[in-house]
Amino acid sequence: MNIANILARKGSVAVTVRPEQSIREALALLDRHNIGALIAVDGESPVGILSERDIVREAARNEKFFMRLVADLMTRDVITGQPHDDLLSVAHTMTERRIRHLPVIDKGRLIGMVSIGDIVKAQRDHYQGEVDTLQTQLLAGERRPAH
Amino acid sequence: MTTGLGTPDRPLRVAIIGAGPTGFYTADHLLRAPRVVEVDMFDRLPTPYGLVRLGVAPDHQKIKFVTNVFDKVAANPRFRFFGGVEFGKDVTLADLKAHYHQIVYCTGAQTDRRMGIPGEDLSGSHPATEFVAWYNGHPDYRHCTFDLTQERVAVIGVGNVAVDVVRILCRTPEELATTDIADYALEALRKSRVKEVYLLGRRGPAQAAFTNPEVKELGELADADVTARPDEVELDPLSRAAVERSGDRASQKKVEILKEYARRQPTGKSRLLTLRFLVSPVELIGDENGGVAALKLVRNELYATSTGALQARATGHVETLPAGLVFRSVGYRGVPLSGVPFNESWGVILNDKGRVLDSDTKQPIVGEYAAGWIKRGPTGVIGTNKPDAAETVECMLEDLVGGAVLEPAHPEAAAAEALVRQRQPNFFSYADWHKLDAIETERGRAQGRPRVKLTSIDEMLAALGR
Repeated sequence: MNIANILARKGSVAVTVRPEQSIREALALLDRHNIGALIAVDGESPVGILSERDIVREAARNEKFFMRLVADLMTRDVITGQPHDDLLSVAHTMTERRIRHLPVIDKGRLIGMVSIGDIVKAQRDHYQGEVDTLQTQLLAGERRPAH
Repeated sequence: MTTGLGTPDRPLRVAIIGAGPTGFYTADHLLRAPRVVEVDMFDRLPTPYGLVRLGVAPDHQKIKFVTNVFDKVAANPRFRFFGGVEFGKDVTLADLKAHYHQIVYCTGAQTDRRMGIPGEDLSGSHPATEFVAWYNGHPDYRHCTFDLTQERVAVIGVGNVAVDVVRILCRTPEELATTDIADYALEALRKSRVKEVYLLGRRGPAQAAFTNPEVKELGELADADVTARPDEVELDPLSRAAVERSGDRASQKKVEILKEYARRQPTGKSRLLTLRFLVSPVELIGDENGGVAALKLVRNELYATSTGALQARATGHVETLPAGLVFRSVGYRGVPLSGVPFNESWGVILNDKGRVLDSDTKQPIVGEYAAGWIKRGPTGVIGTNKPDAAETVECMLEDLVGGAVLEPAHPEAAAAEALVRQRQPNFFSYADWHKLDAIETERGRAQGRPRVKLTSIDEMLAALGR
């Protein structure tokens, strides 16, 4: 299983914001789309990622954080994924590096975002499926001789 | 008006397109819902079970036991099967919208990905799925021919489908004769002159998609030796680190099995199966008659992407592998359905958690859903489609509560059946399937086989006395 299988059932592409937009505007986007991170883009190319964490950190020490710009708070050193990256590696890297959102790039173009929640769900479904398949075979095997 | 919908007086009427595992899991979740739901399942083929009947290898009967689960779903009085009725031809989207509150597409991934290399269309080069459908008795593929007079065969890909293909090619007629392989395929394979079979993986043994039981089986074939190259099954430092840190015992075991194959010496069996890794075909080379004669392979090395995933890239090292028959199994794609938005990038219906989305607005289209491989792409085992279908059904029930359902002009079960009878008088019901199943099983019993399949629609109609 790879990132593409997750993107396939997530209709929306990643929600983006421009670096010169305000945090107030960014918060409105997070709220409207019910998500935890935005990708800052300059034209089509991603230049940073702004997560709710970044905003909380600023809000804790700055009353006027609403007025700050996305460019001021975003993380610039972004780790990105590719559609064919396998979920086991991706899950490991995201856990190790404490990343919750991974922008996905294909041929230099931003094509979506996966969250750690998406990956946990995909893995859970995968294991559930395997268990179910094995159980079905075992139960049936008890009733009928195997050919 | 959707008030009172989903009650005994006004059941929620759902059409499921596709009678494979996902179709049955979707039906199961719907019929267990705390609402009254009636399900009509359509399939273009007369028989149910999709790839369980027509994809799962004939020598893997245990996997097919899951049909017991599907039969229980079908026994529900609120379930009907309309086999031999094709969406987009016998019944259109408009027809279904006039008869159902919700429509779910469970049509799977029906076509193969191409390799995109020169010579791919030479005669003797086939999608593996064509061979699989042929040996499993798929009515649309029974007339396919494969040149089994060739002595050397290459199978590209290391998923379980590729492994099925090499295993069937390496089995003896005696081994195959105890399975439910199509009779014509058994006859053709009896005359096979195949001696050497190659399975070609783009990446290393640790990244191969095949699972351990499948790869182990290759070491236990009655009349085929298995081998691998020591240098190709030895893990590179990146793969070794990845396997160690994942702590995944299954991939460790997989590498051990392959290393053991590399140590084996041929014992003089009639066929030799060679498992190759870190090679990609870059061209199929033809002979003077336009048939495939050899593969030009490039050796790959692995590199880690920014997420730590290992991908292959070509080195400059090229070799030629002679082979007169080539099967590709490098991935599958869904086929677009007439009038249903499609996501070309992933080869799936455009959807969000199973809700079909409008191509322009990217907003849900009322009453249309997708589940299984046509929703997420071809991945996982049969059972993976159960939680997948559950997610779609959750969306369907949420939309029922929210009132976002179709308002069909003829929401009665009888009206839908009348439509089917008018468009496809020769449709197959589940009762018909039970009769065909009994006939197939009976024919099999006489030969000590699980069943002998009926492989043409005319044969099936005749068997039912029509």
